[in-house]
Formats: sequence, C-alpha cells, structure tokens
Amino acid sequence: MVVFEKPKALTDAQTHYCPGCTHGIIHRLVAECMDELSLEGKAVGVAPVGCSVMAYDYFGCDMIQAPHGRAPAVATGVKRAKPDAFVFTYQGDGDLAAIGTAETVHAATRGENITIIFVNNAIYGMTGGQMAPTSLPNQITQTTPYGRDVNTAGYPIRVCEMLSTLDGVAYAERVAVDCVKNVNKAKKAIKKAFQTQIDKKGLSIIEVVSSCPTNWGLSPNDALQWLRDNMLPYYPLGVYKDKTGEEVK
Amino acid sequence: MAERVLMKGNEALAEAAIQAGCRNFFGYPITPQTELAAYMAKRMPKIGGTYLQAESEVAAINMVLGAASTGVRVMTSSSSPGISLKTEGISYMAGSDLPALIINVQRGGPGLGGIQPSQADYWQATRAPGHGDLHVLVFAPSSVQEMVDLVSHAYDTADKYRMPAMILADGMLGQMMEPVVIGQEEEKELPEKEWAANGHEFKRDHNIINSLYLQAQDLERLVKERFERYEVIKQNEAMCENYMVDDAEYVIVSYGATSRICKAAVREAREQGIKAGLIRPITLWPFPTEDIIKSIPNAKKYLCVEMSMGQMIDDVKLALNGARECDFFGHTGGIIPTPEEVLSEIKKMAGGEK
Amino acid sequence: MKDLNAILAGFGGQGILFMGKVIAYSGLIDEKEVSWLPSYGPEMRGGTANCSVCISDDPICSPLVINPNVLIAMNLPSLDKFINDVQPGGIVIIDSTLVPKKVERDDVTVVYIPATEMAEKNSLKGLANIILIGKLMQMTNFCSMEVMEKTIQKVVPPRKQHLVEPNMKAIKLGAEF
Repeated sequence: MVVFEKPKALTDAQTHYCPGCTHGIIHRLVAECMDELSLEGKAVGVAPVGCSVMAYDYFGCDMIQAPHGRAPAVATGVKRAKPDAFVFTYQGDGDLAAIGTAETVHAATRGENITIIFVNNAIYGMTGGQMAPTSLPNQITQTTPYGRDVNTAGYPIRVCEMLSTLDGVAYAERVAVDCVKNVNKAKKAIKKAFQTQIDKKGLSIIEVVSSCPTNWGLSPNDALQWLRDNMLPYYPLGVYKDKTGEEVK
Repeated sequence: MAERVLMKGNEALAEAAIQAGCRNFFGYPITPQTELAAYMAKRMPKIGGTYLQAESEVAAINMVLGAASTGVRVMTSSSSPGISLKTEGISYMAGSDLPALIINVQRGGPGLGGIQPSQADYWQATRAPGHGDLHVLVFAPSSVQEMVDLVSHAYDTADKYRMPAMILADGMLGQMMEPVVIGQEEEKELPEKEWAANGHEFKRDHNIINSLYLQAQDLERLVKERFERYEVIKQNEAMCENYMVDDAEYVIVSYGATSRICKAAVREAREQGIKAGLIRPITLWPFPTEDIIKSIPNAKKYLCVEMSMGQMIDDVKLALNGARECDFFGHTGGIIPTPEEVLSEIKKMAGGEK
Repeated sequence: MKDLNAILAGFGGQGILFMGKVIAYSGLIDEKEVSWLPSYGPEMRGGTANCSVCISDDPICSPLVINPNVLIAMNLPSLDKFINDVQPGGIVIIDSTLVPKKVERDDVTVVYIPATEMAEKNSLKGLANIILIGKLMQMTNFCSMEVMEKTIQKVVPPRKQHLVEPNMKAIKLGAEF
C-alpha cells in the first residue's frame, strides 16, 4: 500500500530551494489541492520574481513567469481571456506587497476570480536578504543592518487585513507552515481558496507565514521557532474574509 | 462591399482590431488615444469580449502578457508617456515570444511633454521598446484607412513570428476623421498556437511562458535564434511606399502623418521642375533599407522630415552608408511641418546644385 | 472653389465639431476625399473649440488647415485667432449675434449673419451652427441641397430622425440669408 507519494501536479524537477525552506511544503500543498480538485488540466499558474521564480518548472500545469509584482495583472489577463481556466499566482512578499502592491490591490478590488498564494517570510530571499515590506520592526536584514527602524523604513504591511477591506475579495486567510497542525490547516485553507474560484465567488488569497533560514541566519528549526515567537504575534493566523457563503452576483 | 464611413483614426484602429479577431483589450486613459479605449468599452461587452481599464499602463501591458500567453489576440493602446511604462512588459513579451498588438498614438515629449501629435518615439519603438536584445514589429500608417489595413496585417505578422507588434501612430492620425472601409465581420480562422498556456488537459506536456534563462549559454542560444528570426523578417517583411522616386534627384524620407505633407511638397516641387520623390517607410522595424539603396543611383541628396529632432534619419544614414548626404528638417510635438516649409527645403537642396 | 480647407471655431458647446462633421460627411456622400481634425485636450473643456475640415477631389495631404479658404467664427476670440490666417480671396462667415466686431481685412469676403438670433426666432435653438453651414453652401456650393439632406439624415442618429426636419430648415434659413 502506498502511504506517501509525490502529488501528480508536481513535476519530477528537483527544486532549487535552500535546506529548511518552506516553499517546498507550500508547493506540495498547492499541488495536492490541484490533484484533489482535478484542476491541473485546466490550470494556468503564474510564477513571480523572487525565490519561487522557477515555480514554473515545479508545477505540472501550464505556467507563466510574470514580471516582478505583475502576477495578479498577468493572471487577470489569463482569466479574462480564458474564463474556464483555473488561475493562480504564487508570490512572495516583495513581489506582492512592494513592487506589485497596485496590481494586487486592484485585482482584489475588481474581484478577479483568481487565487493568490502569498508566501510571507519577511525578507527578500533571492537577492540575498534585504528588507521586505513585511519585515518586522527591528528585524535585521542586509538593508536594515541596525534593525528595521520604523521611523525611517516604515511599518510592515499586513496584507490579509488590508485586502479584507475590499469588496472584491471573497476569501482571505492567513496560515503558517511551522508545524504539522498548521500545515494541515494551510492545506484546508488553500483548498477552500481554490473552491472559491471554482464557485466563481471572486478573489481568494492565502497568506502563508513561512521561514527563510538562510537569510534569517538560523537553523531550520530555530527559524520555525523565530517565526512562532516573532511573526505570528505580528501576523495573527485566521480567516480575515469569508464571503463564500454569499450568492454569486 | 463594406460601406465607406467617416471614422476617427483611434476608433478605426479599435474596430479593425475587433475585425481581426481581438476580443481582449486592456488599457489606461491617456490623451490623445482615449477614443480607442472608449470605443472598445462600448463594443466589447456586446460581442462577448473583454474591455478592462487597468490601474496603470504597467498593469495593462501585463494583462496583455497574460492574455497573449493563452493564445488569444489581444491589444493595448496608449500614448508616449504610457508606452514608456509599458516597456517592461514589452520586453518580457519579446523574451517570451508572445504576439500582441500595442498602439502608440504619439504625443510630444520628453516627460509629460505635450498632447499634440509627435513622432519623437521612433527611437523608443525601433531601438529600445524594452530592455535587452529585442525588436518589435513597428508599423507606421499615414491615413485612417492604412491604420485599419495594418491592424490585421500586424496581428498576422506578430502571430507568424511570435513577437509583439506596434502601430506607431500620432495624435493627428488618432484624432482625425477620414473615409474608411472596414471589412465585413467574418469569423477568421486564427492560427493554432500549440505553445499557449491555456490548460494542458493532460493531452500534452505543460507549456511554460517564460523569459528567464539562468544559464548564460541557454540565454545566448535563444536570443541568437530570435535574431535569426529577425533576419528573416528583415528580408521579407519590410514595407514601403515609393512616390515618384524612380528618377528622383532629391529624395524625401518621411513616415506617418508627416509623409502626407511631404507628398504635397514633392508634387509641388515636380510642378516647378524639381525632380523630387518621397520614400515613405510603412514598417519602421524592419526598416526598408533596400528601398533607400535602390534610390541612390539617381539621387543627389536626401532629406529626412520628421516631427522630432531627427530620429529616423539615423536609419536613413545607415542605409545610405555614406553614399549620399542626408539633411534633416523637422519640428517637435504639435508643430506639424507645412508643405511650404518642406518645399522650401527641397528648393534649398536643389538650388545648392550647380 | 476647388478644394474646401475650412477652419470652424467658437466656444465649446456651440456644436463646432458637429458642424465640421456635417460638412465632412457631405463630402463623403459626394464621394470626395475628406478629412476632419479637431483641436483636442484641455482646450476642449469649456474653452474654445475648433476643427479643420477639408474636401477635395485629390487625396488630402494635410488635414490640419493652417491657411483656410473658409473661416466660420462663432465667437470673438476665434475670429481674432484665425482672421489673419485666412487666404486672400477666402471667405469669412461670422455669427454676428455673438461677434460684435467688423473685419478690417479687405482681401477676403466677409459675411455677417446673426445665426444665433435667427435660430432662436425660428424655434431652432442650438442650430445656429447648421444655419452657418447653409450660408456656406450658398456661398461656395460645396455640396448640393440633395446631398445635404442625405448628410443630415446620416449624421442624425436613427432614434432622433425627427430632428432631420428642423436641421434642414436651419440649412435653408442660412442658404436664403
């Protein structure tokens, strides 16, 4: 009896992620949900710029690599051209909440029927650990070497809270992948977000609080503990918006 | 036969795109192209298409990228400052081999510039429509009818070579009304795009639309392949109108709205006994270099006339390769050269000959 | 007059651009070459409006008219702006209800026609511009009355065909002035 296998919606390509990085877990959850909802065949995924830029090689569905921050606009173009396609973006914090803020907010307020998987690890990973829009106050990064000073560098953005004010957002939930219990919850959330799109309810976003051991300078385990101690108090987990019970207009 | 109607250039571009099978338009308001977007907003919902007013030109071009990735015909339009914002997406589309149509109804620059007609984006369109080694097809109509005709040709050519195409118009062509015949609506058989990312349905491998190649050798191989395609385009796709060029001693080179004025000047010069002619590039990239070269034997001198400080003249000089001199006459945005001015330049050239 | 190269100018809201469209459409129906080019941008917002209209047997080179052979002015700023650009021998038609001034040039034919007043007296409010077209027809013969009738039918939207009659009345008023 097979008790554990690779989801079908993941390719055989070996990922390039650092040891202890949680992208692998999140990729797997997305792929499992695609499998379980039979979405791969009609799915078009949009990869960001950032650590997960090469997600196009890892997901088995059709994929598009978008310019930095523009994934929600690219996804909008796909969905409008092919309304029957299942469309998701997979974006990091720099991509979604800094350079792509306008694209994110406007896709959300238009209620584009797409799903955004938002990986928040409070740092720019691919470029080597610079401050992200979600870096915590006093967090040390390459570009905040004395800690993020909110007086000069401003405050972190709480994306789920911000987007949940917009009428176009049908479902917004923040989850974490720091422990088995939370991983299971994260999968449930992603599946719910996908179902939201299938039901044509509007934009769904799952913010996944995750770790970056390499750029945080911590071991994988210590990184998860740092996540629990520092990120979760600032980014409380939970459902921020749920209009899935409402009738489709 | 379809009826001859009066239409604004901007509206004619929109209707022509619809006739060519475009059902997806993403735009952002800017003068002097706004009528195009307004026309799309009116028509698209009636024919099951998409009109979407994006949050910015940057977003609009990336929506175009997304729609083009699925294999459909898609369009965006803007004017000079907005095109600058679109260059990011244009580069990605060129790097991802995506066909799409971009309209630039040029206005004066740099910066916010002005809103009057201009031709100062020639360099941008032909030299650097985005970062990296790339070209886009650039078409330069000079009448509302030609705008219409070039739209479907631009789509076909973009599809054929898998690359973005641009129609480089200007505020005068966009705003003016002229009689135009737009072909009857008929379902056009569009080419199959087996590369499109539109859901593989387990009938093929997954398609990836991408411009990232981290291995330098891979990137170079792909860019070189693309440039081989560009060479084929240069050989086969250049378009040009030659007006009284056969025996011309004084050759004007001018495109778009300005070329109309030059045509009047050439006609007047001929009436006054000066052997003048006009070379009017219809494609700016590829530039009709061969037409320039063919005109050299009889020509004594060339004059490039543009609504800019002189941009296309670079391509004319490259084509002449030192064989003849080329002068320049032009105005910047909003000041449309008059036939009298151009005629006086021709006379100056002719008078300089003993 | 072989070619018509007209500048029509006035305030926004007087139907200047529409007046141009009517003239251009008549040329289209006459199977001639025509062009119509409006001034555009902030100028349009409540300020002056003007447009260039050309009708010719030959392809039109410059749709932007710089030296018109016809100027129709519906306000003083427009007259002042364009009067010196009119070709010698050209025609200047002025709505004298709105423009109190007389033209000083003696090398152009000037007609003062109280079009706005005529429109109001004849229950044709808002059709001063059409009255001026009628006057231009009578002076230049740029199109026949039959063509103009077809033109008016064309430019008036299908659901507003009841407006054809007052428009034609305005044309005739102008032509008979």
